[in-house]
Amino acid sequence: MTKRASDVSASPPRRRSSYTLAPLVLIAANVVLFALFFVWPAVIGLVYSFTNYTGVGVFQFTGLDNYENLLGDSTFYDALTRTLLYTVLFVPLNFALSLLAANLVVSKHAKGSSVARVIFFIPWLLSPIVVGVLWRWLFGENFGLVNYVIEKLGGGAVSWQSNADLSLLVVVMAASWMWTGFTMLLFIAAIKNVPVSYYEAASLDGAGPWRQFISITLPSIAPTSFIVILLNTINAMKEYPVFVALNNGGPGTSNNLLVQYIYETGFKRGQIGYASAASFVLMLILMAVAIIQLIVNRRVENR
Amino acid sequence: MTTTDMPRPLDADAKQAVSKKGPRNAVGGGLRRAVPATTLLWILAGLYGLPVLWFILSSLKPASDLFSYPLTLVPDDVTLSGYLTAWRSANFSQYFINTTIVCVITTILTVGVSCCTGYALAKYDNKWLKVFFVCILATTMLPGEVMLAPEFLVVRDLGLYNSFAGIILPAVLTATGCFMFRQFFLTVPDELVEAARIDGARELSIFLRIMVPVSRPIMLTLAILSFQWRWNDYIWPLLMLNDPKKFTVQIGIQSIVGAQNINWSVLLGASVISMIPLIVVFLVFQRYVMNADINAGLKD
Repeated sequence: MTKRASDVSASPPRRRSSYTLAPLVLIAANVVLFALFFVWPAVIGLVYSFTNYTGVGVFQFTGLDNYENLLGDSTFYDALTRTLLYTVLFVPLNFALSLLAANLVVSKHAKGSSVARVIFFIPWLLSPIVVGVLWRWLFGENFGLVNYVIEKLGGGAVSWQSNADLSLLVVVMAASWMWTGFTMLLFIAAIKNVPVSYYEAASLDGAGPWRQFISITLPSIAPTSFIVILLNTINAMKEYPVFVALNNGGPGTSNNLLVQYIYETGFKRGQIGYASAASFVLMLILMAVAIIQLIVNRRVENR
Repeated sequence: MTTTDMPRPLDADAKQAVSKKGPRNAVGGGLRRAVPATTLLWILAGLYGLPVLWFILSSLKPASDLFSYPLTLVPDDVTLSGYLTAWRSANFSQYFINTTIVCVITTILTVGVSCCTGYALAKYDNKWLKVFFVCILATTMLPGEVMLAPEFLVVRDLGLYNSFAGIILPAVLTATGCFMFRQFFLTVPDELVEAARIDGARELSIFLRIMVPVSRPIMLTLAILSFQWRWNDYIWPLLMLNDPKKFTVQIGIQSIVGAQNINWSVLLGASVISMIPLIVVFLVFQRYVMNADINAGLKD
């Protein structure tokens, strides 16, 4: 507070109390919410991850047993690798599609871009559950439009539902489709902030649209690209509702991702302690992703 | 990551204003480049629009025509029977009311709380505020889904299980909201606050009388985002609610999908009905979302 008083010395003197009190009153609600729904769960989650708690009754501390069991749990490994595979497929696809859409919408040459922008954005308004239902309807093996068109064109029905990999691919497409509108908005904001003079200079030098995109747009929007990748990675790692509505993590349990695994061990089998340990592994992965991206971002910016 | 964007708003806005006046790529444009760009744009838009179009048109078909070959894009006879059955069956209208209540209350609280926090973070300089700002950013990295089980226990121990408060309260704090307001208030000149202080206005009345009114566009943007998040939320209401009378729309739809034999006619109807409120809100307030210079710190 003393520091505060010195750096506003230009303005007239005032009661110090109003300066501590006013911001405190303003953030009070969020501080309480943060403590209740973020700090408290994080702390008890960490504590329970070392116990055999089932949600009710007494529990015993079991040390690192939960974590050791997780390392030997093949279902957990399957969920983890499937989640990573999903993330690796989803993030680049969504990135490319959103960037393409943003560039086309911003382009002066494309006609009707304001209507197209709304079309790209509408999928984001749909809930993940509805998106799942919609793509299930589109990719139904016996009744879907996609297989109908493939058969009309002379192909055989593709097993979108019963083949685990194709099933994952459908979810990747559905999620990319759903998230394009929002990511596109971030890219549009970034592209609009690139000074026009750069493009004018490049075009005087004879650079074509592709060259301009690679040499001007991409480097200029790098900070936004990092945020997009980070947010989409987090989104992908915690994906659940699209899967549950599209194929219920199936066929069988082949497409159960981490959140579904946590949900099923914690709430269907009542192993709260074990599920908390799994949560913490997911949390560590997310933190690692965030830190790696921060470092890479710094390095690129300092170049 | 997010921190990199913070000092930008003021000059970014200036640049944007400039770029709007001068046409982009004015040099060497013309029809030759308009044709491929427009074609590509509309092919992509077509690909994005087709799934929704097919879905809505299918929902207008009578149940008996849904699976009849050859599939037709435009229904032969249009019927609303799927919608009516969905609306009448399984408490769907009740779910609709429940979801509306939850969404409206959460949105109002989120906007209010985020506005206060964002203002405090932007206009006051204090060590603890900086610490709290980092705390808020941390919530972006660790979304609620990651701590499902412990967060459930907390809400249960607070006695909020199976109540709307149990869905509403944990959702009020959003890093995105605080961040959006902080970014906005950073662009509001400090002189405005100083002048009011000289006139003898008290800190909180400066906030309420001057700052709240000028932040209206941000309020609307955040309100739309918040409404979308809550309307489409699935896993948290699923965990928190036990009483079918309190279910939300998303749980209702998922219960149709989860059935042994999916009743597609009802499912399509219910899904399309659930889409309507958000699409209407979006079309009305479109410019607040589309023109928003949303930078960073976003989560859902």
